[in-house]
Amino acid sequence: MSHTELVEQGRAESGSGPAETVLEIENLRTHFFTSAGVVRAVDGVSYGVRSRETLGVVGESGCGKSVTALSILRLVADPPGRILGGTIRFAGTNLLELSEPELESIRGNDISMIFQEPMTSLNPLLTVGRQISEAIALHRGLSRRDARDQAVEMLRRVHIPEPERRAHAYPHQLSGGMRQRVMIAMAVSCDPKVLIADEPTTALDVTIQAQILDLIRELQDRLSTAVILITHDMGVVAENADRVVVMYAGRKVEEASAKELFERPGHPYTRGLLGSIPNLEVAAHTNARRARLNEIKGMVPSLANLPEGCTFAPRCGFATAECRAAYPPLVQHRAGHWVACWHAERLLEGAA
Amino acid sequence: MSPLLEVCDLKKHFAIHKGVFSRVSGYVYAVDGVSFHIDRGETLGLVGESGCGKSTVGRTLLKLIEPSEGKILVNGEDITALDAAQMLPYRRQMQMIYQDPYASLNPRMSAGEIVGEPLIIHRVAAPKERRERVAHLFDRVGLRPELVNAFPHEFSGGQRQRIGIARALALNPELIVGDEPVSALDVSIQAQIINLLMDLQDELKLSYLFVAHDLAVVEHISDRVAVMYLGRIVETTDKTSLFEMPLHPYTEALLSAVPIPKASARARKRVILTGDVPSPINPPLGCHFHARCPYAMERCRHEAPALRQVRAEHWTACHLHDSGVTFPLAKPAGE
Repeated sequence: MSHTELVEQGRAESGSGPAETVLEIENLRTHFFTSAGVVRAVDGVSYGVRSRETLGVVGESGCGKSVTALSILRLVADPPGRILGGTIRFAGTNLLELSEPELESIRGNDISMIFQEPMTSLNPLLTVGRQISEAIALHRGLSRRDARDQAVEMLRRVHIPEPERRAHAYPHQLSGGMRQRVMIAMAVSCDPKVLIADEPTTALDVTIQAQILDLIRELQDRLSTAVILITHDMGVVAENADRVVVMYAGRKVEEASAKELFERPGHPYTRGLLGSIPNLEVAAHTNARRARLNEIKGMVPSLANLPEGCTFAPRCGFATAECRAAYPPLVQHRAGHWVACWHAERLLEGAA
Repeated sequence: MSPLLEVCDLKKHFAIHKGVFSRVSGYVYAVDGVSFHIDRGETLGLVGESGCGKSTVGRTLLKLIEPSEGKILVNGEDITALDAAQMLPYRRQMQMIYQDPYASLNPRMSAGEIVGEPLIIHRVAAPKERRERVAHLFDRVGLRPELVNAFPHEFSGGQRQRIGIARALALNPELIVGDEPVSALDVSIQAQIINLLMDLQDELKLSYLFVAHDLAVVEHISDRVAVMYLGRIVETTDKTSLFEMPLHPYTEALLSAVPIPKASARARKRVILTGDVPSPINPPLGCHFHARCPYAMERCRHEAPALRQVRAEHWTACHLHDSGVTFPLAKPAGE
């Protein structure tokens, strides 16, 4: 059984109907060739996302979550980065085999992306209306005037007040939340099948974060878009994702439905992450002097110099000689629940 | 006994200069009348969104920025009008940890020099004692002793924050102001630093003013929490009451906007605020929050509510509680 079928099966069993997988990454490897050596940023990562579904991809800085996303649209700077292997299947074709012009018709059209810092992804010299209409004119072949009207319509759809007037604003005249709305307007202007959101709310305040996540959900429902939500924030994942991929040091270490992951985390790293976040509810009721957070000791290893065996073993409380000898395979331990850990079965038993 | 730190009606208005003659064309009302106190051994969390003035409060306390109005009392003594030389003994008692461990350490000094520098400035230790003290501080914050000769770029973000903490501890201060000390760190490292700060507090009987935007982190580390919005404190109480019984509509919205890492979190009912935080250059009349407040009444548009004690040790600035505490929040009938 292929990976997708198994996941599909897991999904079917969990109650919600199966949907079509629109984008599927298989065994992706993206490395950077630097003076300090080969940085194995993405080292054999696979995941798929279905229409209408939100896939959360979590991990700490340097785990490869963003590089994986950039690789989907072939936006990794070469040199120093290079996609060495794997497939990225979208609508029956492997994106890695397409020519640059062919990919351009997909990028920003069928698959679009929003980034963490909207100020650096918008052109400061052009009005926001112009920037949105550019994307629309390019991909839909509309006249400039029609594209401009459509841009105003997009601004209205992302709930920017007075869209006609705001279309004439320059990015610096807008607040951070507004800029992110403009980015989203641009990203969804061509009704994408897949929206990749890379830390879309990390630079924003929590009340604005709530607005933006709400907006993404609303547009997803309307357009049946598949959303890949990349974040370091476990809270954002819990409240927005249907399924979750956890990454550590360039690899996927766990995948499960959001419900399963938060109720029965199988990988020691996932457990560590969950234990290290202060929980608002618990924090409010415990004496500040007593409640120690459950920290993960040590630091993320250098991707240019990974340890032998399981890359998490040096920081792991469960590590044994087996872990230090060989990297554990990604195994499906429960329906739709994949874990790359030699001790996963024991941990899952214990959690149940 | 007077509290360790007391702040009365503190204001900081930054002038905006324009034109060739740098005429003052307006003010940024960054801090607009803030009062609070911190007891010995206590942690006060100061929480709010960007631009609410929380960092300016922290910096003004240590007189890194001169306050425009108001009073700052340390152990009952007024330090508001002191000049830099007169501040020196007070600086020994109050130290700061900064957000960005990359920008707050001098890249040309070794870690040992950075941690030992306060001892030189305050002339409190001879070279030999200084080396011993630095070695002790390194040990205390969890840095290996051989790292004293390494330079900041050789450290990771979490280790740099440990250097910043060691530097703040060098003079045995009573109060440490932490300005977003963990927000630049990854969660697993963030937990290490939070644990370290709590251990140090127990051991050295420190008081903290913990300034941060992350409500979960603030709730975790604090005894009491003050919520700021656009230059003013809108609510302050012990952390359990703040969570269980938020009496200001902004606190309520803030609590509901924080994503919770639990499987059941999706079903949660939330209050989603509309609009952005208004500019502190031209703050709205009346209550600063009225334009985004789901419970706003006519009165809120022109009359600013004062911060009042509405129940034991629970202060809030909201007209909803004028005729007794209203909880859960709701507009009075007839509005």
